[in-house]
Amino acid sequence: MLFKNLKKSLLVLALGFSASSALAQTDVKLLNVSYDPTRELYVEFNKAFAEHWKKTGKQTAIVSQSHGGSGKQARAVIEGLAADVVTLALAYDIDALYEEAKLIPQDWQTRLPNNSSPYTSTIVFLVRKGNPKNIKDWNDLVKPGVQVITPNPKTSGGARWNYLAAWAYAKKHLGSDANAQEFVAQLFKNVPVLDSGARGSLTTFAQREIGDVFLSWENEAFLAGKEFGADKFEIVVPSLSILAEPPVTVVDKNVDKNGTRKVAEAYLEFLYSKEGQEIAGKNFYRPRDPEVAAKYAHVFTKVELITIDDEFGGWQKAQKAHFSDGGIFDAIYKPGN
Amino acid sequence: MPSIRKPSVIPGFGLSLGFASFYASLIVFIPLAALFAKAFTLTWDEFWRTALDPQAVASYKLSLGAAFIGAGVNLIFGFIVAWVLVRYHFFGKKVVDALVDLPFALPTAVAGIALTALYAPQGWLGQWLSPLGIKVAYAPLGVVVALTFIGLPFVVRTVQPVLEELEREIEEAAASLGASRWHTFRKILLPAVLPALLTGFALSFARGVGEYGSVVFISGNMPFKTEITPLLIVTKLEQYNYAGAAALAVVLLGFSFVLLLLINMLQYWSSKRTGG
Repeated sequence: MLFKNLKKSLLVLALGFSASSALAQTDVKLLNVSYDPTRELYVEFNKAFAEHWKKTGKQTAIVSQSHGGSGKQARAVIEGLAADVVTLALAYDIDALYEEAKLIPQDWQTRLPNNSSPYTSTIVFLVRKGNPKNIKDWNDLVKPGVQVITPNPKTSGGARWNYLAAWAYAKKHLGSDANAQEFVAQLFKNVPVLDSGARGSLTTFAQREIGDVFLSWENEAFLAGKEFGADKFEIVVPSLSILAEPPVTVVDKNVDKNGTRKVAEAYLEFLYSKEGQEIAGKNFYRPRDPEVAAKYAHVFTKVELITIDDEFGGWQKAQKAHFSDGGIFDAIYKPGN
Repeated sequence: MPSIRKPSVIPGFGLSLGFASFYASLIVFIPLAALFAKAFTLTWDEFWRTALDPQAVASYKLSLGAAFIGAGVNLIFGFIVAWVLVRYHFFGKKVVDALVDLPFALPTAVAGIALTALYAPQGWLGQWLSPLGIKVAYAPLGVVVALTFIGLPFVVRTVQPVLEELEREIEEAAASLGASRWHTFRKILLPAVLPALLTGFALSFARGVGEYGSVVFISGNMPFKTEITPLLIVTKLEQYNYAGAAALAVVLLGFSFVLLLLINMLQYWSSKRTGG
């Protein structure tokens, strides 16, 4: 008994020492604050990372996940949720961590390769089996009698990608900004319901059976097939879409306070490793690594992808012109238009 | 000099008043003060521009209108439900009584999804309504339905105890003195339950004005058509426009405050008139 107690106190002592010298095996906790559709991806990735970190970092990494709308998640972090890393839907929401609370440096997006986006996605169409309305490309969405389901770009990050992809298509085929606006306005006239988030829209389309085509993240479109039955829907890839780059970053102020910088940085770097890229590919995100991408090439249809930086001059500009109050999206809903 | 203190079974007036004001400040007053402080980081000009934006005005009309209609429906049907629960004994009464509380207990998002599933054009009820040209889900009517649903317990639970207190003998006395049923209802019953009814109406209305979770699923959220004010507040937050969100919240609060004030005045007037 005495011996046992002695052993225990020695252990406590040892732990105390090792914590101060940061040498030995301890648990380390990480909080990854992410957006809705990455749930399955990070469940798998966290397991792989825990094994990886046991070998390389000699620590047991316990990673917790938090999911929700991208903007809401960013606000939670700004208001004090102690996220070590954030993995959100668009750079605009991570920019806010700098703009609103200075939790990260302004140039956060240059710290990791590929605009700090270890995997990408794009926007595709999900249509009902047999494609009864024969929807092939963006210009089919503005035809009378076609109902389009998308969430509201003002409340959903994913919906902003949808809108911008449609804009880019129109710009390419119709030329001017005015024509593009006309095109997008026409498209939104065909939208009967604007859910506040992507999962809500998917429910409207899949379970309420409303609409002919659902504008979706590519990975969500694959998941919909898994969830609601592969015989119910088809994926249609349009001629042009947008390269959606969901970026990641360490939250500097939080990791410095929690003493987790090393493991948090390793966590994000592991996303870029072969193993991390494999997991992304398996979960229907397009891997960045050319070798892994080649392996998954049969899954993802080749499509012309424009980027937000080339086409719109970055998120800050795009947000301001299109989605802020008084922007173009508001204009197309003004009565009389 | 008469004291404001009245003898009471619980001693310690000073202590309990101190606690009450501290508690009320902590739970209600401080958050409200923070809200106003946030809203008035805007200049007057910005505040009014946010508050009077046409899209915001359209949303007030929907939020307040639907909450008003919902509370009105509850006023009538909630009264009937309370009446039946108090005055009659029937098989399954306990179950009905418990069901009334369900809208309190149910997470609002669940309520919204359930109502949408029912009333969507393919839903159980929607498939019968849509051939008649009645659109519930994804229309203003859907907002009314959701707000009626969540507001029902407020009316029933405020009216029920008052009805229980009301003695049947009074009605019998009225009848034996020759009053018609309608007369008895109007002159005897209604004045007694009116204050409780109005309170229930006000609670149901106030709850409906701020409701977000259940409405966003059923309304369809089309700007200028089925967009409620709380959703506009969320869209402001999405743009990290905290002050703009607070400004809209202050407007809603103002409307609710005015309505509660009116109802209080009405209650005061009615209790004076009936000498209660």
